[in-house]
Amino acid sequence: MNPNRRSPFVNLMTILVYGFLYLPIIVLITFSFNASKTNITFQGVVSQVGPLKMQGSLVVQSPCGPFHWFCELGKNKDVLNAARNTLTIAVTSTIISALIGTMAALALQRYNFRLKPFSQLSLYIPIVIPEIVMGIGILTLFSQLFTFLNSALGLTGDARLALGIGTVILSHIAFSVPFVTLVVQARLQGFDQSFEEAAMDLGANELVTFWRVTLPMLLPGVLSGALMAFTLSLDDFVITFFTNGPGSTTLPIYVYGLLRRIITPQVNALSTVWILLIFSAVFLLQRLQSRQA
Amino acid sequence: MSEFAVELRDVVKTFATPEGGKLNAVDHVDMHIRQGEFFSMLGSSGCGKTTSLRMIAGFEWPTEGEVFIDGQPQGRKPPFQRPVNTVFQSYALFQHMTVAQNVAFGLEMDKVDVNEINRRVSEALAMVKLNGMEKRSPRQLSGGQQQRVALARALVKRPKVLLLDEPLGALDLKLRKEMQLELKALQQEVGITFVFVTHDQEEALTMSDRIAVMSRGKVLQIGAPVEIYERPNCKFVADFIGETNILTGQVRSVDGTHLKVYVPDLEAEVSAVAESQFQPGQPVHLSIRPEKIRLAEERSLNENCFAGNVIQSAYIGSDTRVKVKVGKIVLKVWEQNHISTLDPDAYFQQNEQTWATLFPENTLVLPFEEG
Repeated sequence: MNPNRRSPFVNLMTILVYGFLYLPIIVLITFSFNASKTNITFQGVVSQVGPLKMQGSLVVQSPCGPFHWFCELGKNKDVLNAARNTLTIAVTSTIISALIGTMAALALQRYNFRLKPFSQLSLYIPIVIPEIVMGIGILTLFSQLFTFLNSALGLTGDARLALGIGTVILSHIAFSVPFVTLVVQARLQGFDQSFEEAAMDLGANELVTFWRVTLPMLLPGVLSGALMAFTLSLDDFVITFFTNGPGSTTLPIYVYGLLRRIITPQVNALSTVWILLIFSAVFLLQRLQSRQA
Repeated sequence: MSEFAVELRDVVKTFATPEGGKLNAVDHVDMHIRQGEFFSMLGSSGCGKTTSLRMIAGFEWPTEGEVFIDGQPQGRKPPFQRPVNTVFQSYALFQHMTVAQNVAFGLEMDKVDVNEINRRVSEALAMVKLNGMEKRSPRQLSGGQQQRVALARALVKRPKVLLLDEPLGALDLKLRKEMQLELKALQQEVGITFVFVTHDQEEALTMSDRIAVMSRGKVLQIGAPVEIYERPNCKFVADFIGETNILTGQVRSVDGTHLKVYVPDLEAEVSAVAESQFQPGQPVHLSIRPEKIRLAEERSLNENCFAGNVIQSAYIGSDTRVKVKVGKIVLKVWEQNHISTLDPDAYFQQNEQTWATLFPENTLVLPFEEG
């Protein structure tokens, strides 16, 4: 059989798979340039640049031209707020879970302790457990804990402990840590103890050995674990839904709120920006890793 | 400066086995390694040679006994406080650093002045013939080159002792032979004590001033290569270093160092020499090297001459390797081909009758060992 000859069936399947994966994204991006405010059908892009001019539900002319909805997005305080919350949560939870996850992976590799098999197994629980169960669990925990603490410490008014950005960060750390740990553990599998011994042999104490040799060699693993944590945090809906409070709305929660009212191309524009952000983060990390490995 | 660069005094290292038992990986070992010596620890895997080396480096601490470096007891000092450096079997070069950064690492740790670091790094790289490779990544180097970087990285710190853990194991045969000679020359040039761990007896014989032969955590014999080969002190050493024929018998009479030993398998007495004391009646082994047995068509005048039958003969160029059945024993005999001829009769034929002479001065009496 000629290996260069591909059957039409394979070609068809390839087109179907890629179409299924990427067509929705392409449609979504296209609709973010839609001139129609109702966004039900695509009615062309906003072609003229100038002061805002409407024709029924059609935007005919906009100061931003085709990027009308992106400009609208920039003016929307709620969106900006939600974006800021999302990034704060993602960055904070990523850094903390990368730290905890790396330390956990190192501890699991180096030391023998009684609860080691249990600790290893418990890493998979947040991964396999349904998100909604985890969300309800965390919510129950926080509300019970806060009720107890508030009454025990006699907190009243604004001083009361309540759901908010802090609880969202904590819950994101909870589901991110196992991902970081597992990725770093995979990296550690091929890690020869003699690198650290060589460093110590050459005069580096334990701390210097860790900073100059162990961490740099583990860095690709830590980074890809962190990227996983970051993207998981960025688009998490279910757990955030249960653990957020007033003022800690994230983008997924905000979009969900918008959808229940009206889908303007603003939502599409928001999604477009979001997709570009994640794509560039992944691309950057890929570059970084191929250089390191 | 102490007479000895490294001393192991009655050192024991006990590990827990996975079955819950305990194992002495190193079992009451005494070693006194002299200043400037090329010292090898030789043995098969699990003999305790690498564990001994790791205790000198400080990666392991003795369960009992003490390690001394240059007369100083090391106790539980960590590796970074010991005046020794190690060349690892896997080289353990830092992949995220260049060749020069790898070599400079140890000097940086000692807070050496930057100009001094640069000078010594290029000096060390020149010593191992790697100048011009400073900016390369270890990944871009061949196995032999990586080996040299590892050497330069360890030597640049001018350690009192250089520890080498089977550093040539990963190289191919030709490169290994080259590196053996280079390593020996380098050691003589820098004058640093080398402690070399290997399982390759030829490598140990080629390079070492002295060799410690180890087995099951114990040192069996320490001596110069010629002593280890010509005067092994036990059956294991005789068998492990080179090849030998081992016969088993019983001492009949003792006359100074000359013994007569009755060998049941030959149904004869064999005259032999002994390095240590034996009593008549004692069971013993006899060891004679294949190249030290002579074959002849006629019976020689020597007392240890036995009639035999050639059962196998292999021409290998420099030698002819013959197996001769004498009594109930098959002797390995290597006859040097010192005459150039095409005559097949010169190289022994199967079923040929022959007389094998085991010269008494080449036949060593060794203590009896079970198994």
